[in-house]
Amino acid sequence: MTEVAPRRTPLCDEHVRLGGKMVSFSGWLMPVQYTSIVEEHRAVRNNVGIFDISHMGQLIAEGSGAREWLNTMPTNNIYKLDVGMGQYTFLLNERGGIIDDLIVYRLDDQKFLLVVNAARTEEDFAWLQNHLKEGRSLDRPSGGLAAFAKATATGETAAPCELTNRSANFGGVAIQGPRVLDLFHALFGEDTKLPTRNHIVDVPFDETTVSVARTGYTGEDGIEVFFPANDAVRFWNAALENGKPFGIKPCGLGARDTLRLEMCYPLNGSDLSPERNPIEAGLGIFVDLTKPDFIGRDALLKTKEIGSREKLVPFRMKEKGPPPRPHYAVFHNGARVGEVTSGTLSPSLNYGVGMAYIDAAHAKIGAEIDIEIRGQKFPAVIEKKPLYKKSAS
Amino acid sequence: MNVPDDLLYTETHEWIKREGENVRVGITDHAQSELTDVVYVELPKMDRQANAKEAVAVIESVKAASDIYAPVKGTVVEINKALEADPGLINREPYGQGWIFVLKIDNADDLKNLKEAAAYKKQIG
Repeated sequence: MTEVAPRRTPLCDEHVRLGGKMVSFSGWLMPVQYTSIVEEHRAVRNNVGIFDISHMGQLIAEGSGAREWLNTMPTNNIYKLDVGMGQYTFLLNERGGIIDDLIVYRLDDQKFLLVVNAARTEEDFAWLQNHLKEGRSLDRPSGGLAAFAKATATGETAAPCELTNRSANFGGVAIQGPRVLDLFHALFGEDTKLPTRNHIVDVPFDETTVSVARTGYTGEDGIEVFFPANDAVRFWNAALENGKPFGIKPCGLGARDTLRLEMCYPLNGSDLSPERNPIEAGLGIFVDLTKPDFIGRDALLKTKEIGSREKLVPFRMKEKGPPPRPHYAVFHNGARVGEVTSGTLSPSLNYGVGMAYIDAAHAKIGAEIDIEIRGQKFPAVIEKKPLYKKSAS
Repeated sequence: MNVPDDLLYTETHEWIKREGENVRVGITDHAQSELTDVVYVELPKMDRQANAKEAVAVIESVKAASDIYAPVKGTVVEINKALEADPGLINREPYGQGWIFVLKIDNADDLKNLKEAAAYKKQIG
């Protein structure tokens, strides 16, 4: 592999100026932290934090055929989306394996925004583009919505849909934490209404317009704001300035990871992969098997029928000790039953926590397991999602 | 970044303080600031013999686990048990209460292979 210089988001200089510790992540130069992962984590749990999410991909599907076509690609049901709504969903390969997890927002009647993982943006775009051009998947050439861009045997042409990758020209930030409402009004005015959960609205901001979605990856109330790349620095600095009275902190990828793991939100590339399907990952509720057709549906139906061999479960270490890490082995009564995919010390609980794929037979809430850390076994217990509950604190 | 002149250093960011036939070992201010938020320290076993550059302890931050190496050949004669209850000592007092272990050195000549403060300062820029 050749070394390619990591790409810079429109906010890169701001991160450096704020003392961000910059690392290469998914091909992007990103701040892992500014001051301390634990401090940034607590800012989000107690006040409010802001994250650069400009590295994430933004794809647009638009046209009178966009809705119908898009519904044949990801697992969740696009027809459930009214204008202004978003939904969490998956893009699968033919084997039901996860290419990416993403959020699809319906911006208007015929326009959809897909926010995808940074590392998968090009792959997702190419995958969608190929299917749009060539019709349905290779294994079902006549199934579903055959030949979308091509004339069918009877001479019909499917309604048009155009797919564009706007990632290079757009940026985004996530503002997360219990004081987000205060900051929202400070930024956009007292009379502007915060969108309801999972909804997205366009809001005027300083002679431009930004899209504000009530979504996030931290378990706290929060918004994700998308804007043209040229507006990124202005918006970022306005949010930091207006957030001062509310204790805002710029937060890096380190806190983003500990926050999402406490909520058991999966990380693609760690907890999700092309070798894993959403049912094994415990995320079947984001798959609509009643849809007539989407890529990977047949494989998932089979999995449902025969059951998953392994399941993704959250766990907590029973004692203070070394935190679990990805690839550590999991044991049950001395027998190896699985492997950790995500692990850290939970700053909220002050215990090691993680997620692991383990044999379905042992994947029961309350079951005792052992995590092998440098040759020694440490006891842990399988927990319910999420690992951290606001009310319990 | 604080790099005391009276200590010796390794390329792997340990500091070494000569105490007669022994050396006290910890990690530098630079290293703790790179790791941040130390959450767990796996101390070496007492009486363990180690070669120079052999991993003898592990420091875990929120993000990752990092090996700590014996700076010279020797035997572990003291370990800092206080780190078990309060691993954050490494962040707060890297050159003081955050020391990790004491080695009885085999051969004092080995210390010549370590870096002076000036050379370490140059390394970390």
